[in-house]
Amino acid sequence: MDKLEIKIIGFTALVLSAFLISLMIAMGKKNMDVPACIPYNTAFSKPHLKQIDSTTYEAFMVAKMWSFEPSEMYIPVGSDVDFYLTSNDVVHGFHINSKALNMMAVPGAINKQTVHFDKPGVYKIVCHEYCGTGHQNMQAEIIVNYKTKPKN
Amino acid sequence: MQISKSLKNILLVELLLPTFLLLIGIYHGLMQVIYRAGLIHSQKEFHLDYYQGLTLHGVINAVVLTTFFAVAFGHACMAFFLKKEPNKNAAKLSMWLMIIGTVMAAWAMLSGKASVLYTFYPPLKAHPFFYLGAALLVVGSWVAFFDWIFVYKSWRKENPEAQIPLAILGTLVNFSVWFVCTLAVAYEILVLLLPWSMGLKATINVPLSRMLFWFFGHALVYFWLLPSYVMFYTMLPKLAGGKLYSENAGRLAFFLFLILSIPVGVHHQFSEPAFSPSTKLFQSILTFGVALPSFITAFTIAASLEYGAWQNGARGWFQWMFKLPYFDKENGLFGYLICGMILFIFGGITGIVNSSYALNAMVHNTAWMPGHFHMTVAGPVFLAIIGMSLYIVANITGKEIKFKNFYTMTPYLWTIGICTFSFGLMWGGLMGEPRRTDLGMTYLNPASKLFRPDWVPTTQLALFGGIIMTVAFVLYFISIVATLMSKKVKEVVIEFPVAEPLHEEKPIALLQSFKPWLVVMAIVIVLAYVPALMDVFKYTGKGAMPYTPDNPVPVSISK
Repeated sequence: MDKLEIKIIGFTALVLSAFLISLMIAMGKKNMDVPACIPYNTAFSKPHLKQIDSTTYEAFMVAKMWSFEPSEMYIPVGSDVDFYLTSNDVVHGFHINSKALNMMAVPGAINKQTVHFDKPGVYKIVCHEYCGTGHQNMQAEIIVNYKTKPKN
Repeated sequence: MQISKSLKNILLVELLLPTFLLLIGIYHGLMQVIYRAGLIHSQKEFHLDYYQGLTLHGVINAVVLTTFFAVAFGHACMAFFLKKEPNKNAAKLSMWLMIIGTVMAAWAMLSGKASVLYTFYPPLKAHPFFYLGAALLVVGSWVAFFDWIFVYKSWRKENPEAQIPLAILGTLVNFSVWFVCTLAVAYEILVLLLPWSMGLKATINVPLSRMLFWFFGHALVYFWLLPSYVMFYTMLPKLAGGKLYSENAGRLAFFLFLILSIPVGVHHQFSEPAFSPSTKLFQSILTFGVALPSFITAFTIAASLEYGAWQNGARGWFQWMFKLPYFDKENGLFGYLICGMILFIFGGITGIVNSSYALNAMVHNTAWMPGHFHMTVAGPVFLAIIGMSLYIVANITGKEIKFKNFYTMTPYLWTIGICTFSFGLMWGGLMGEPRRTDLGMTYLNPASKLFRPDWVPTTQLALFGGIIMTVAFVLYFISIVATLMSKKVKEVVIEFPVAEPLHEEKPIALLQSFKPWLVVMAIVIVLAYVPALMDVFKYTGKGAMPYTPDNPVPVSISK
């Protein structure tokens, strides 16, 4: 094979490895990973928000045609929230805008990802997988505020 | 060279049927950008709703058009490069199976009984004809492939010493990948979906069905792409007035696609439960591997183009880029292929972002995704398909292409449209704008509580790009219809521009035989997919009942 051709294949392999290595380093620094797998259990089909300690929460989210439950959650700034997600009917999506939290809600399976909220604000959860005629209505909110609400 | 009447008719049907269906497919593409930009705040305008239109858009443009073209182009390559026509009856059977399948699926979609999108994710349920139609389309393409194997074998007997022509290698690699990957989706359709959609089975294993779909789903994109690669290697250098820089590089690239196209499907499922992180990481790394043949292609074809431009007097490092026959009306096909290649640079790079494991969380299922894949499937794939379709049609009907200005301008206008459209979608995607969503009803409706003003500029850009793309297609369509209606002016032939290799290369033994590569293909698939399959069974609980898209109560109960 042509010499330049062989060089370019080697160079490409190096570039792709560099992409992969920098990805690994960035993931380590940002403490990011893909969702974890949890064995299926019907206990996850009951939607609720549970406080573990002052800054740790567990959100058991259930997606269904065409809403999320719970649909509104109040969480203090600086919290870590473990989101457990499943679906009661068809496949749904679960994306917290401006956060790297992006999961599929699949019936018969449990998804889990953790996110840290370090800034106050209203975070929108948008369903991003087509789930029927009401798909575009399917949204929920996480309100992240300071622990002691400022008095009016 | 001459072709038989029966092959000519088959090619005409297989190239023109999807071209006319594109009228529906592209109309719905335009309607989507209109809905999404919030120009229409309703679910249903002109009798077809958003998700029904989205299903038609995906199935027609990405499945029907691409499959018909791959088969027709394969027939043409066999006839031209091996000087052997495919078997008449096999080609006819293949064509009729594909047509019947398309008609069945089209009926289901147009009557609103299959608004489940082209991924047909259960437990959303479509009419059984939708699944059956898809299966027949696939089986029809298999029939053509099985026949080509015989054609190739008989050619091999007559030419035991000759190297297999690169175009034939590419076509056979493509359909080998296609056959293996469609086995999974055939199983999904025939064993899981059909009995369940007909009410014979109560529930379905959703994670399993999704795994099977994506076993097929990513190889599918290479099935779309490889006919374009065949054109890039064997024709584009000639169109540019040059020669192919290295034929062995092309052979290596095709064989790498053979081993790596399938075992990467889980990279569409990084955000899903039921796959362990190690399964996802392994397939992420393999996806980086499948980028390698595309990098090789980019280098080899760029070198070939540079050589071509030198023949036309270009000097120095950069001048060659400006000395190519971009707007040559007698060489319109060049524009389709070069624009496709340029778009694929961006399509490929964004693809690497998507397949980057945890980084995928930033973009998964957001508008970024259609932004990415329109620069691949609506870039090199679509442009090569329509450019080559008219080229072949004109040749085999003995006609001159009419409205050559339109034919020549289309790819450039299309490229401007796609860039605008994809930029809008990708920008919106990074701000969380979801794909596959009738945004005009809520998120882009100022009267709705869910209104998102930050998505206004991005959806407007996509709208603008979509309009330009539609205009480009209309120009193309005028050209093809006018060509068909014009008088026959030359002999009926099948002819391709053939690029010679730049220098004689010693044949490499490993690149002469399919067998070692097929073995490696099987091993890599087993390594990648056995853990995935084990994960699915380990982490999945109960099955799911069928739902129609308009009802939150499962079908069996709501009846």
